[in-house]
Amino acid sequence: MLSLLQIAFLVAAFLTIVSAIMVVSTPSMVHAALWLILTLAGVAVFFVLLNAGFLAVVQIAVYIDAIAIMIIIVVMLTQEATRQRIRQVSKTWWGAAIAALILFAGLIALFTQTPALAVDAPTLAMSQEALLEDLGTALVDVNRYIIPFEVASVLLLAALIGSIMVAWPLVRGKDEEVDA
Amino acid sequence: MIDVLKDPIAWIGDLLRTWLIGFGLLPEFVTFLLQLLTALILATAVLLLTFLLIWGERKVIARIQDRLGPNRVGPFGVFQTVADLLKLVTKELITPTGADLVPYNLAPLITVMSVVGLWAVLPLAPTVLPADINVGVLYIISIGAIGTLGILLAGLSSNNKYALLGAFRTVALMVSYSVPMVLALLVPVLLSGSMGMQTIVEAQRPIPFVLLAPVAAIIFFISSLAEVGRAPFDLLEADSEIVAGYNIEYSGLKFGMFFVAEFLHAFTISALTATLFLGGWSGPWVDLYPILGMLYFSIKTSIVYFVVIWIRGSFPRIRIDQMNSLNWKFITPVALFGLVFTAIAEKLAIQLGLGRLITHLGANALLIVLTLVALGLYARAARTKFESAAEAG
Repeated sequence: MLSLLQIAFLVAAFLTIVSAIMVVSTPSMVHAALWLILTLAGVAVFFVLLNAGFLAVVQIAVYIDAIAIMIIIVVMLTQEATRQRIRQVSKTWWGAAIAALILFAGLIALFTQTPALAVDAPTLAMSQEALLEDLGTALVDVNRYIIPFEVASVLLLAALIGSIMVAWPLVRGKDEEVDA
Repeated sequence: MIDVLKDPIAWIGDLLRTWLIGFGLLPEFVTFLLQLLTALILATAVLLLTFLLIWGERKVIARIQDRLGPNRVGPFGVFQTVADLLKLVTKELITPTGADLVPYNLAPLITVMSVVGLWAVLPLAPTVLPADINVGVLYIISIGAIGTLGILLAGLSSNNKYALLGAFRTVALMVSYSVPMVLALLVPVLLSGSMGMQTIVEAQRPIPFVLLAPVAAIIFFISSLAEVGRAPFDLLEADSEIVAGYNIEYSGLKFGMFFVAEFLHAFTISALTATLFLGGWSGPWVDLYPILGMLYFSIKTSIVYFVVIWIRGSFPRIRIDQMNSLNWKFITPVALFGLVFTAIAEKLAIQLGLGRLITHLGANALLIVLTLVALGLYARAARTKFESAAEAG
């Protein structure tokens, strides 16, 4: 007898895999973007099932809100792409298939060797709130992850400034609006 | 045993649980069933509430415009919306040629879902909270974003230029205004030290956050108005410019779903403002009779909703460039500074032992003064530039 959580996991896993396959196989770019959203939502469901509500919500906020909508906007702006049916497979599709199979087999081989994954879900060391608080302090702790965290922040800031520079009008000061 | 008078909803829940377990069902399955039932009841109640909301809004707007409003169907025209719904149901569902069928049909559902989903984390009373997740504020942000997705899909799949333009405007509006909204949402999180909605309300029992952070409250209100696309930010469906925007190709009940979602969303942001800044269910005697919390919550929400309607009745629609500069040049910087000021004031109040209310009010007053000075300088610079340009040209 499967428990409700297991049934939920199986349904979510099935949906995630099917939609992930659809992302790469559907001919329309808009549809691919929409399937991608379903895949990302499926991953969010996994996080919920693993008792990581925070990560699930962040997954939706970052991936579906920001990234997926940006992808759809890019697709919308490239009007040609929304109308044309692009050929899905390149000439070397078999090479990619072999590479994917090898990667998959390697991952499975690795996972079966890890002892922690062979048993049931591991018990959490702390309560969910304490873990979350620990994550927060770990990111600003000098002895732990402050350097990766700050590097990532600087990188994002650089990307932000870079995008502003790209969007900056080339000729300045000529016809700037006064009442803008 | 919980007293019926004190907390009827928990009482009914307990009764159902014992009854179902007595039936021979697994406790795990009973929890699942009860949660499903809660979701069903909540969603239905919220959608039924929309009937009243649409009628109320039409009445208030009519009074603002010196009219009577709906007054034929039922007492004071209260059943007007029911009649409208019946009309919508009988209409034909037209699908335009060349529409992208699955996204086209999915869009109204996603839009309604994103609004109803917001109610899952709104605490209605001290004991009535549909889903107590500890990241309620983040949940609100992410579910709200799914609404953007629905509108985007509608515009994209309708195969209509006006719908596409409406969708573009929506995305520009929603994506940019979610920046100050998130910044303003961080202020209650900072003040209460939690992202759970119930804890945020709990933390407002001595002083509601609107007094501690009035600037953040106003910024949250304005940016959530924009997020909903209500007047004066209704340029995503400006009928004089782009006909009806993203929902132009929808008819019958599918249009009805967009319509319901829009009205309900306006009410929902009122409820959010009431929860995050006005203290939600907190009020006198709420510990004795938790159900009173619902009354306080509805009163506060209705007051905010009245302001929303009032704004709709009084402000003209803003232009798209005004919309962008208002956000990026004014609201976002003020929201950023507001967050910094609140953080400093909170630390100062603890370190120096000053009164919390005084410190925060002082910080907000300083912020307002600085904003006014910056605005004055900006206006002077703009005026000099305009005058020199007029002299030269």
